[in-house]
Amino acid sequence: MALIECKNIHAGYGGMNILNGVNMSIESSEIGVIVGPNGAGKSTTLKAIFGLLNVSEGSIELRGDNITNLSPDKLVHKGMGFVPQEHNVFISMTVEENLEMGAFIRRDDFSYMLERVYSFFPDLKDKRRQPAGELSGGQRQMVAMGRALMVEPSLLLLDEPTAGLSPLYMNEIFERVIAINESGVGVLMVEQNAKQALRIAHKGFVLAAGKNRFTDTGQNLLNDPEVAKSFLGG
Amino acid sequence: MNEFIFFFNSVVINGAVIGSIYAMGAIGVTLVFGILRFAHFAHADMMTLGAFLVLILTALFPAVGPAIGLPTAFVMMPLAMVATAFIAVGIDKLFYKKLRENNVKPVVMVMASVGVTLMLQGLIRFFAGTGTQSLYIDDRKAIFRIDLPFESASRNLVVTEPQLLLFLFLAFAVIALHLFLNKSRLGKAMRAMSDNPDLAKVSGINTNTVVGVTWIIAGALACAAGTLLSLDVTLKPDLSFMILLPIFAAAIVGGVGSPYGALAGGFVVGLTETLAVFNWTFVLRPLEQAIPALDLPNTLAFVPTEYKITIPFFILLAILIWRPTGLFKGKII
Repeated sequence: MALIECKNIHAGYGGMNILNGVNMSIESSEIGVIVGPNGAGKSTTLKAIFGLLNVSEGSIELRGDNITNLSPDKLVHKGMGFVPQEHNVFISMTVEENLEMGAFIRRDDFSYMLERVYSFFPDLKDKRRQPAGELSGGQRQMVAMGRALMVEPSLLLLDEPTAGLSPLYMNEIFERVIAINESGVGVLMVEQNAKQALRIAHKGFVLAAGKNRFTDTGQNLLNDPEVAKSFLGG
Repeated sequence: MNEFIFFFNSVVINGAVIGSIYAMGAIGVTLVFGILRFAHFAHADMMTLGAFLVLILTALFPAVGPAIGLPTAFVMMPLAMVATAFIAVGIDKLFYKKLRENNVKPVVMVMASVGVTLMLQGLIRFFAGTGTQSLYIDDRKAIFRIDLPFESASRNLVVTEPQLLLFLFLAFAVIALHLFLNKSRLGKAMRAMSDNPDLAKVSGINTNTVVGVTWIIAGALACAAGTLLSLDVTLKPDLSFMILLPIFAAAIVGGVGSPYGALAGGFVVGLTETLAVFNWTFVLRPLEQAIPALDLPNTLAFVPTEYKITIPFFILLAILIWRPTGLFKGKII
C-alpha cells in the first residue's frame, strides 16, 4: 500500500480550481519530487494534501486511510509534517523552542527526538539557544525541517526547501533530505531546482496547468529529452 | 530634604502606583493583541467588572480580611480573578469566536469589543448604580509613614497598604507570567502563536486552547488591576474606562505584543503623567528665600491637572511618529 496516494485531486482558492486532476503516490522508502513551471500548482498540491485548502474532487489517502480535507492539526496527529516555503520558523523563539513547538502534540518525553534532529543537523546544536530569527536562510530551513520531524512523521512535505539558498546550502539540504528519507520517512517535496532535485528523487512528477504531464522515476525524467527540453531548460 | 521627600511621595510613588495599574492593563491588552490581532477595547471595563465582583464578595464576607490582617477585598481578589477569567472566556465564546471563525477584518473585532464595553458598562451601572463605592467595608486603609534617618527630614515617606500590595502583586504576576511564557508548554505555544499563527497551526498547536488561555490570563489580570486601583482610590463605574487611553498608550509605547514592553510602557506613561502635573512650586519655594526677586505662582506644573489625559495621548503620538514598533520592538500596527 502506498504511503500517500492522491487520486485525481481538484483544488483551488475560492471557486477557482488550480489543480485539475493531480495523481501521485509514493512509498515510505521514497523521495517524491514535484517540479513544473510557475503556476503549475506545485505548492498548491502540497497545501491540498496538508488540508490548507479545500479539495473539491478526488481523494487523498495516507496508508489507505482517507484524509481528504482533514485539518492540518489532525494530519499532524496522523503522522504528517509540513514545512512551508516562507515564514517557516518562529523567529522570536530559540532553535530549541522551535523544535519543542514541533512536538506540541506529544505528551511523552521527546528529548531523544531533539538529539536525533541535532544529529541530522549538527549546526543547530550549537545554536539551540539562539533565536531562530538570527539564523541564516539555510539554517532556518534546517530548523523548519527539524520542527516538522519532531512528531516522527511518516511523511514529510517540503515546499521548496532550497528556495533562495546558495548552491552549497542547497546540496547540504538535499543530503539531509536523503538522510531523513533513509531513516524511514517518506518525503514529498516541491522544487524549483528541478535538475538537482530529480537526481535524488525516486519518483518525479512534472506538473503543468494543474495536471500531471509526466510521472516517472527521477532518473527517467532527467533522461527524457522532451522533459529536458520543456521543463529542465534543455 | 523635605522638598525631595515631597517630590518622591508625589511623583515617584504615585507615578509607580498608576504605572503599575497601566502596566497590568497593558499586559492584558498586549497579550490579546498578540494572539487575536485586535485591540480589545472592552479590557478596561473588564477591570471594572472584576473590581465589582470583588465588591460583592467583600460585602458578603466582610470579616475575612480583619481576621488575617489584610484588606478583605485583597483576600477576595483571587476568587474574583477566577470568575473574571471565566467571564472573559465566555465573552469570547459569545461574541468574538463567531467573528473570528468567519475571518472578519480586525476592525470588525475592535467594533465588537466596543459593543461589549458598552454592554459591560450598562450591566455594571444597572446592578451597582452610578455612585462611588469603597472596597473597604469592615476595615480601614492602613497608611505607612516611614521616618527617614536624616536630620533635615521632618517629612515621612508615605505609602499605603493597597499601594504596597499593588507593587507586590505586580512583581508576583510578572514573575509568574515570565515563567509561564518561557517554561511551560502552553506558554511557549502562546508565544509561537503570537509569532506566527499559520506555522503554529501547521505544527499541530491547538489554537483554540491558546486563545482560551489568553483570555484567562487577560481576564484575571484585568480583575486584579481593577481591584488594586479601586483599593487605592475608590470604585466608580467609569473608573477603568477613564484609563483606557493610557493603557493602550502603555501597550503601544512598549511595543504591542511584548508583555515586558507593556510593563515598561506602563511605568513610562504613569511616571511621565505624574511628573507632568507635579506642582513644582513647593519644591522651588526655598529658592524664593535666596532670590527675593523670584515670585513663584501657586501652581507651577508642566500641564494643569485637568489636562492629565493629554499626556498619554502625546506619548502615543511621539512613539507612533519616531518609533512605531515601540520600545521593545513589538509588531507594527
